[in-house]
This record gives sequence, C-alpha cells and structure tokens, in this order.
Amino acid sequence: MRDLHAHYRVSNFGIRRDVRAVDGISLEVGRNEIYGLAGESSSGKSTLVKTIARAIRPPLFHVGGDVTFDFRSTGRVSLYDLPADELARLRWRHLSYIMQASMSVLNPVRRVRHSFMDFAFRHIGMRPPEFWALVAEHLGRLHLSATVLDSYPHELSGGMRQRVTIALATICRPDFVIADEPTTALDVVVQKSVLEMIREVQQQMASSVLFVTHDMSVHAYLTDRLGIMYAGRLVEEGPTRQILRRAQHPYTQHLVASLPRIGDRTERRGLEGRPPSLAAPPPGCRFHPRCPLAMPVCSQEAPPLVNIAANHRVACHAVKGGAA
Amino acid sequence: MILPVIGDLLRVNREFALGIVMTGIAVAVALASFFSPYPPLDVYVVPPDVPPGEAFLLGTTSRGQDVFWQLTEATRNTLLFGIAVAAISRVIALTVGLLAGYLGGVVDRVLMSINDTFMVVPLFPILVLFYFVMRDRMSWAMLALVMASLGWAYDARLIRSVAMSLKSREFTQQAVFSGMTTRQIVTQEHLPYVLPIVFSTTLNNLNWSIGLEVTLSVLGFTDVNTPTIGGMVYWANQHTAMVAGVWWWIAAPVVLIATLFIGLFLVAASVSEYIDPRSRLGRIGADK
Amino acid sequence: MTATPLLELRDVGRTFSSGVFSRRRVRAVAGVSFALEAGRPEVFAVIGESGSGKTTLARMILGAISATEGAILFRGRDLRSVRSHRDRLGFMRAVQPIFQNPFEAFNPLKRVDRYLFASAHRLAAAASKAEVERLADTALHQVGLSLAEVSGRFPHELSGGQLQRTAIARALISRPSLIVADEPVSMIDASLRMTVTNLFRSLRDELGVSIVYITHDLATAYYVSDRIIIMRKGEVVERGEAAEVLRAPQHPYSVLLKESVLSIDSSNGGDAIPSR
Repeated sequence: MRDLHAHYRVSNFGIRRDVRAVDGISLEVGRNEIYGLAGESSSGKSTLVKTIARAIRPPLFHVGGDVTFDFRSTGRVSLYDLPADELARLRWRHLSYIMQASMSVLNPVRRVRHSFMDFAFRHIGMRPPEFWALVAEHLGRLHLSATVLDSYPHELSGGMRQRVTIALATICRPDFVIADEPTTALDVVVQKSVLEMIREVQQQMASSVLFVTHDMSVHAYLTDRLGIMYAGRLVEEGPTRQILRRAQHPYTQHLVASLPRIGDRTERRGLEGRPPSLAAPPPGCRFHPRCPLAMPVCSQEAPPLVNIAANHRVACHAVKGGAA
Repeated sequence: MILPVIGDLLRVNREFALGIVMTGIAVAVALASFFSPYPPLDVYVVPPDVPPGEAFLLGTTSRGQDVFWQLTEATRNTLLFGIAVAAISRVIALTVGLLAGYLGGVVDRVLMSINDTFMVVPLFPILVLFYFVMRDRMSWAMLALVMASLGWAYDARLIRSVAMSLKSREFTQQAVFSGMTTRQIVTQEHLPYVLPIVFSTTLNNLNWSIGLEVTLSVLGFTDVNTPTIGGMVYWANQHTAMVAGVWWWIAAPVVLIATLFIGLFLVAASVSEYIDPRSRLGRIGADK
Repeated sequence: MTATPLLELRDVGRTFSSGVFSRRRVRAVAGVSFALEAGRPEVFAVIGESGSGKTTLARMILGAISATEGAILFRGRDLRSVRSHRDRLGFMRAVQPIFQNPFEAFNPLKRVDRYLFASAHRLAAAASKAEVERLADTALHQVGLSLAEVSGRFPHELSGGQLQRTAIARALISRPSLIVADEPVSMIDASLRMTVTNLFRSLRDELGVSIVYITHDLATAYYVSDRIIIMRKGEVVERGEAAEVLRAPQHPYSVLLKESVLSIDSSNGGDAIPSR
C-alpha cells in the first residue's frame, strides 16, 4: 500500500466536514509475515484496515493512494482499479477478514454449517462431500470438532465462535488475512489460545496477516513487524522486538513504558492530554502538543518517516537517524 | 439548535419542504378564521348555492354560509382538536412509558397491563358507542379527551423500551449515585432522549386523530354543531350537495384535509428519518 | 478485631432465576466472604474473567441489587435494612461507584458539571451555589483537574482520561470511605490508564479512601492493589496479599490466569527476548 489517503466525509444535511482518519500512510506487508498495527482509539487504524480491504462505504471515502496486492495465483492487482465483480471474487479467496464481533459474521438463526456454505462453497469449487471433508480437516487444524457445524452460534462460547470465524476466514487459504481486534472481546485465557491458533494457521498456510490491536502485549506475543499509528499517521515501524526494546518515537516509548508488569511495581506515568481531533489536527507533527521532547520545528513541519536502521522507520524530528 | 436544523432540512430534504408548505397552507387557512366577517354558526347570512367566483371565493353553501370562511373556522377547530388529542395523549404516553421503563418491577407490570388493554381495544366501535351513550352531551372537548385516552398506548410502549435501555446505561447509575431523585432522572436525564421520538410520533398522532375525527363527523357521530372539516362534509351530504350540483361545498374541505394529511405525513416521515439514531449519532459529534 | 469493619461480606451469594415455567436458576455469586477494615484504607482487587460474577458482586456492594444468600454489612449495618430514601442517601454518601466506560458514564446530552453539582447539593448538603462550586472544585483538584476546565463542557468535549477523572472527582465530593470501581480502566487508552491507576494510589494514601477494584487485568491489579481475591464462576478460588498471590499463585486456575497474561517481554515468533 502506498500513500493512502482516506477521509471520512461527514455530511449532515448540508454541513460538510472532512475527517482525515488515514492520512498518507505507506506500508508494505511481506509474504508469510504477521504485521502488527498498533494505535489507540481514534488513531485511524480501523479506517486504515477498511481502506486496505476496500470495504469502504460512505461516509468514508477513498481520496487518494493505492493498495496493491501480489497474490500467488493472480499476480499484481491494484485494488482500487478493479471492477466490483472482480473484487467480490478476490474476497475470501485471496483476501479475507477476521472481525472483532464474531456474532455479526455468523448468522444467529442458522447453523454454522450455513455460514460455511454461504461464504466458502462458491469460492472453492468442489463437490459437496469433498468440500465438507476439507472443512472438517480445516476445523481440526483449529482444534474444533466437526460437530460445531451443526450448532447455532449462541451455543458456542466466545472463544469457540472466534475460532469458527477464523476458520471461515482461512478456509480458502487466502494469501492475505486482515484481523481487526479479533481477541479484544475475549478473556485472557481464551485470548492466548486464539492467538496461538492464528499463528499456527498462518504458518501452515504461509499467508500474510495484518493484525490490528491496541494491546501492545498481544503484538509482542504474535507479530513479526509492528507499525505504530498516531492520529491517522504512521509514526514508527520496525521489527516488533526492536520496537519494544528500542523504541525511538517518544509516543512509542511512552506506550511501551506505561505498561504495568507483574513483578514490577515501579511508578509509571500516564500521558497527559488527549489524541487530537482528526477533523482539525494540529499542524506539523501531530504528537507535538503532548510530546515531552517537542521543539519549535515540531509545530511547523510534519516529520517524514526516515530509516534509522534496517527496516526501522521513525517519523520524529528529535530522532537523529543515520539516513536522515 | 433547532432553528438551523430546520433550515438544513428545508434546504436538503424536499419532502420536508413540501410537507411544511402544505401544512403551512392549512395552518394559514385556520388562522384566517380570526378575520371571518360572519359568526361561524349562523346560517343564511349570504345567498345560498352561489358557485365559486368573484363575490364568494369558494362559493356558498345551501345553508347560506360562505364556504371559504366556513372552511377557515372548520380547519381551525379540526387542527385544535388534533393538537389537543396529541398533546394529552403525549403526556400520558410519556408519563407511563418513562415511569414503567425506569422503575420496572411491579409498577412496570401494572402500567403495561393497562397499556396492553388499551392497545387491543377496537377504537372505532368504542367511539361510536360513546356517541350513542353520550348523545347530546358529546362535546368537542369530551371527544378529544376520549380519543387521547385511547391513543397513547402504542407510543407509551415505544417510550418504555427506550427508557429501559437508558436505565441500564452507566450515566443513569451516575445520576442515581449523585443523589438525583427519580423525578430528576426521568425528566432531566431520560426525557431529552425520547423527545425526538415523541416529536415524530406526535405528528403521526395528530394525523391519526384528525382522520378519526373527520370520519366520525362525516358519519354524524360527533357534535355536528361545532364546525369541523368532517362536519362540513356531513352537512353537505345532508343537503345532498353532490346531487344538487353544489360540488364546491364538498370539494373545498376534501382538498384541504388532503393537503393537511399529506403535509403532516411528509413532515413526520422526513423528521423520523432525520432522527434515526445513525444519522443522529453523526450529529452529536458534529455539534458544538 | 474489636472495631466494626468498614465493609464485611459474609457468605454472600446471588442466584438469578429466569424463565416463566422452567425457573432456570443461575448462581452468579456464591459464598463470597471478605472484610475491609475501618481505619486502614486499602485497594482491594477482585479479579475474574467475564462470567465470574465480579460485576454482580460490585452491584451487590453498591446496594443496586440485594444478595440472595449471606449478608453484606457496611459499618456493621446490613444493606438489606437500607431501604428508605434517607438511608439510601446516607449510604451513597459513604459508598460511591466508578464505572467502566467514561464515555458512557455521563449523559452525552448534558453538561458533565451537573453531576458534580447534584452530588454536592444532595449528598454533601451544600446549600449555596458558591458552596456547591467550591466542593466541586476541591474534588476536581484532588484528581488533577479544576472546575474551570470542566464546567460547561459536554462529555464529547473531554478526553476519556478527563472524563474518568471527573467521574472519580464526582464520587469524592461526598467524602466517601469506600469506592467501588468496576473495570475502571479497561475502556480507556493505555497512555491514560496509568494516570487513573496512579490516582487510586493517591486516593488511598492521601484521602484514606478504601477502593474495591474490580478488574480482569492482573498487571494493573498487581501494580495498584494491596490484597486480591480471584474469582471463578462466582466463587473465590484464591485470596491473599496481591504481591504474594500474583508472584506465586497456588490454585490451578490462578496459575492458568497468570500464565495467560501476555507481557511485552513475552516471546515473539519463537525468539525469546532476553530479560533486562
């Protein structure tokens, strides 16, 4: 994806305001990689994900930039140049989506079997017996028995439901899976098992995962590379381990330092202020009103993302990168 | 806050603008009654059966009344009747709905069983029955009161469901633990949430009560001596106006009531579309 | 142990029955006992996952629902006897809640200061407008805000952290001796979470308020609390000093819970990060 712009156009009976939820973001997700996207509420990460999947509906508009995928069977495709029917064919087969609210994916009044029928049968193109054998095998991969197919969604526990939606999203062996806060609603014990599941399936299928959550410890556990978003922009990106251990951007540093740990009761500080309104972001670097290292230049110029080490990019005036 | 919203609605929503214009015509006609040169109940003040023309804008009736001035009086009474019914039934619906929803328990069960009784009672036969029981004592105010007490049940249920969901929200608990009284919570915390719903149901209720009143008066089941739009049609029928060729006596009230109906319906429809929670959500964020 | 405890729970249980014919009974809380001593303020954490009955427990302590078994005593008085309006006001003066979602805790159509003023007026018996504002301002200063920042504002004009601090300030106006906080930080951003958690510490140390801190998050519980209980399916499975229990949990469920907590120091892609 490069230089992606997406604005919410909030129009209320004539009054028009642009909310720049995603503002010029470029990032690459490699094959066979779990890319984590972190950011707090209203940082624009959900909008970014919708834009990447071209699942945008008014009032959200795609304003500029492009999303390019390189799928194994189709080659390079540019998502925003595709006609609508092509796009529909691409969905689930190559590009799929795991959402936070598993209930909204599964039809509450029909058995789980129907959801598999609706979503996947058409895309796979097999005869029914073979298809169900494949589904059962795939469910087994997620440690679910085939009996869940004959259950109604409300009969399953939250963790089971979430695993069913993961199964649905991955049954077609997509090249690219977008997971938007898939474990946030789950209890910690269940969360850990679901995360393990995601990693297992990802490794078996060699697909790429874009994993979105605000929870840094989940990123630490799961993702290979990590991008930090703040107010619609990417402020830091690099290998997860490196970011957590040697964060460069003051915002990232703060995020990492503020997490309490069991076994460590040293005093931790909260961050004052609030994330800026995306309708009227502050000029220059969007973090400068809350930044402890703010300099005069920060309020005038938006810092570019620069490489400070291999694979490690930071957008901050205070960080002196080798390449800058 | 309300005025710019109306301005926006007028500019953007054509149905709303059309509805406002049509309702406005009916209201203007009703207001004109204050300038009427004739007392509304007097008959044979003008020559009877004159077709619409220069002397009499909408002609005159077989009873020697000016159709236009008669219509202004009738429209005013019909509108006032509708507003009275809507206002009284709103008060009942709000009180019952908010209290049942917030207090729950026994109060809720008692109020809702009364509510359900009113919901299943067949309206029209009851009103006709009332007329036969009351006969001459059936005044305008009496009918309004009866219809108001029959017309609140559905909306009370709607309001109750909103109040129930408001009750489970955290800010209600916050209000409780701030020491606010039940009255304060219901009128200050919950009422603002149901007002938009109440507003659009009021318009519907207005339409419903006017329609019912017209039906009853056309059939003569009301106090026909108070000039109303239905009453005009009743008298026209009594004098076999259509057969006698006095078509304007019937046409004028029919056109006016149709205008009012469609106008109110359009306003109600566009307003309820506007207060749809999804578009309202956007507005709460956009407001300053 | 001669003094009456501030709050005492004796074998408290709550059973919900549902259904008209079948009378299906759900035991949300069963046999929970603990006591908070008067004159020794502490942060008492109740840890559990969804369905563990911790929210039901909170609602019982607040008197919003009554216990079906056992008894809850506040300063020696059974909450079941707190029925009249006057008793309720007296109880609310001493016990105040803090809610989960700061964006939900204030009516979005109303200014936030109305709750502060209502508390000052009705609970703290402030008569004049000046007195009401003084009490509100004092409470707001205790949480690092001031009336000037908050007055006249609508909830959407304030940040989550500001709202949650305002909610805490409101609870403080009547000078309560106990605050029941149900998941107070789970809905706010990580960067603001510590601001609120630190506030609990200072309330305990500086104002002598005891806090029942209900959470599913072991890390913040460890950070802020003195004693904890761990609940599962309505029952207490482990209790003790927070540091002790979380360092070396005994019950299998507590062990599982602790192991499931992801930490930013945890392994990544198979490569363990060397600890500092």
